[in-house]
Amino acid sequence: MSAGTLYRGREGMWSWVAHRVTGVLIFFFLFVHVLDTALVRVSPEAYDDVVATYKTPVVNVMEYGLVAAILFHALNGLRVIAVDFWSKGPRYQKQMLWTVVGVWVVLMAGAFYPVLSHTLHTLFGS
Amino acid sequence: MSAETTPATADDVSLYDVDNPAPVIEAPRKRTKKTPKSTRTNFELYGWLFMRLSGIVLVVLVLGHLLIQLVLDGGVTKIGFAFVAGRWASPFWQAWDLIMLWLAMLHGANGLRTVINDYAERANTRFWLKMLLYTATVFTVLLGTLVIFTFDPNIR
Ligand code: HEM
Ligand code: HEM
Repeated sequence: MSAGTLYRGREGMWSWVAHRVTGVLIFFFLFVHVLDTALVRVSPEAYDDVVATYKTPVVNVMEYGLVAAILFHALNGLRVIAVDFWSKGPRYQKQMLWTVVGVWVVLMAGAFYPVLSHTLHTLFGS
Repeated sequence: MSAETTPATADDVSLYDVDNPAPVIEAPRKRTKKTPKSTRTNFELYGWLFMRLSGIVLVVLVLGHLLIQLVLDGGVTKIGFAFVAGRWASPFWQAWDLIMLWLAMLHGANGLRTVINDYAERANTRFWLKMLLYTATVFTVLLGTLVIFTFDPNIR
């Protein structure tokens, strides 16, 4: 291997970057999410109004993005835990990363219709 | 150096003896009286462990939450005040949401603390970013807890 000094981290570095970015994103979502849920203490109308935005196509697509971020963070988090605690973890870290990517692709494909069906129906008719 | 002050010059004989002891080299990172108290706890170790333990629990809580809210039973379209009232009528889902709130907020806040420590280089910036983070975290956790415990289905 000769590329040595050009890249330092390869897959492991990019998975770490993605883990960090998704973690920060989820935290910001959660902050807003607790605020919008708190509207149930204001009035049913106030809550239903804000939840109506969750049902618009644009926000619906963002929800699919949120699912993508959480699924990656969760699966890769389990991989990080396996690398740290399983004696063979470090040796198989690369195989586990591709397993994470594979499972993520399958789950994202499976979530596509259930999460976005509302938008598909409003945009293209039932 | 003259021969008088250097007791031994032969290769296999020690330079030092009882009257001329070798200088003491302290072990690196040895705790001394000058070491600040705050570095003497295992806080970072417990934080590291907490990230992993809470992560395992959050897999179940958060993925279960997303399945219920976005996939089952009509997905987002079913959500509304009446839906929340139905769910929080059950202590099981109240406890689920409460534990999820606390674990996700503490896990996320501790993660963000690491991110701030990594990127904010000026001591002042670090300090204020962390104060902002801690304030937002305490506020969110308390608000969410209050909402779960004081929820009133007959508010109107
Ligand atoms: C777009 C996706 C999501 C939707 C539609 C959604 C929907 C809801 C709804 C309707 C509630 C009210 C209570 C209940 O039914 O259990 C709720 C509460 C809650 N959700 Fe979500 N949720 C989503 C994503 C998330 C994520 C990703 C997290 C965690 C990181 C999360 C954490 C919470 C917490 C902690 C509560 C309790 C809030 C409180 O104490 O006031 N949710 N969510
Ligand atoms: C769904 C289950 C989850 C699992 C299995 C998980 C796992 C992990 C693990 C093991 C770490 C430590 C990584 C390391 O030390 O290198 C971590 C970091 C982090 N997590 Fe999670 N997590 C989950 C959910 C969440 C949620 C809901 C949030 C946001 C509220 C979040 C935000 C973060 C952040 C900001 C970091 C710091 C990233 C970094 O330092 O690069 N995680 N997660």
